[in-house]
Amino acid sequence: MSEQDTGAATEVLIKYFDGTERLAKIVDREVPYPDGKLIVSRTDSQGIITHANRAFIEMSGYTREELLGTNHYILRHPDMPVVAFKDLWDTVAQGKKWQGYVKNLRKDGAYYWVKATVIPNIRNGELVGYTSVRRKPSRSKIKESEALYATLR
Amino acid sequence: MTLNLSVSPDFPPSHLSGWFIFNTWLQRQLGTGVHLELYDSFDAQREDIRNGKIDLIYANPYDASMLVRELGFKVLVRPRNLSDETLIATLASDPRAQVEDLEAGITVATTADPDVHTMGMIMLESADLDAGNVTFLELDSYVLVAKALLNGNADVGFFLQAGYDELSELIRKKMKPLVNSQIGVVHHTLVAGPRMEEHIPLLLERLTNMEHDPKGQDVLKSMGLDGWDQMHEEQTEFMIDLIDTLID
Repeated sequence: MSEQDTGAATEVLIKYFDGTERLAKIVDREVPYPDGKLIVSRTDSQGIITHANRAFIEMSGYTREELLGTNHYILRHPDMPVVAFKDLWDTVAQGKKWQGYVKNLRKDGAYYWVKATVIPNIRNGELVGYTSVRRKPSRSKIKESEALYATLR
Repeated sequence: MTLNLSVSPDFPPSHLSGWFIFNTWLQRQLGTGVHLELYDSFDAQREDIRNGKIDLIYANPYDASMLVRELGFKVLVRPRNLSDETLIATLASDPRAQVEDLEAGITVATTADPDVHTMGMIMLESADLDAGNVTFLELDSYVLVAKALLNGNADVGFFLQAGYDELSELIRKKMKPLVNSQIGVVHHTLVAGPRMEEHIPLLLERLTNMEHDPKGQDVLKSMGLDGWDQMHEEQTEFMIDLIDTLID
């Protein structure tokens, strides 16, 4: 848990790149990343979730049915700067692996930090989607990322 | 033509005879000679694979990735209910109770097993540990990794979960797991090379039906397996993509 968590709940209007938006509940409470687990998801080339493993379901707070068919941006926390995701998409669009620290939003409004790796899935030379694997980040990397992202928002 | 079968060097020693029994079973099913070549070293095995000396291999997930993407091998089946998990252990008497208690400068006893080593290092990341601030003691087996811990030559040891479980109770009681991976989707596979092409349909049929045949059941038991599940191309690609995300 972050020492700065207040547990305060607010409502924030989150606007996505495709023009949609939603009013999301945001709770200042960290859910610690479980030891030894990897969160695994896959999306199609448009970012629509096609696979979610059990760790993803447990940590996101959504059911498998809620996740499948939904855009991956549902996990986006308003504290994450837009520029971080631009870097992600620019990198994978070039067929490269992207790695970074991400604050994710749970269904209940709480958050969890991950070290995320995203790779494009190429089949017969064509991009068919993306695989994302998240693992436990260190506290020092979380602190660094919090400080950096605060300057980029 | 004699075909060459091999097994990733990380298989539990107790299943050594099982692989010889499987080799005999395989010869009968295919009606051709099959030679079982075993290795102590991952590197020596990889060299022979690259030199085209191996036709069928029970491969660890990292080597499967190389075999499929670089050498045109095909994944046929996976062992049912058996995934590769990694465990980091320390001495039972060690006051450090979790990964975050570990600090830079520690000595890590490990093996050349690529999936266990990679997953072990990933699980150390939460303590800000990486190859730049730990010392490795690379050993040939999980028994030696345990011995290094017990002798005080290492702070932590990386084990394949199955390798840890095979250690004697006496040794296990002197250690404690700090963390176990729970991935579930990374596992060994049986992978066929280009010279196996003509045998693949028959082999797939026999492997997936092994559990329904009394003799086949005995062979599976000797290898410590419940049965084989066919791996479709997309399942293989998914596992390889996942492994790609784990390799820096």
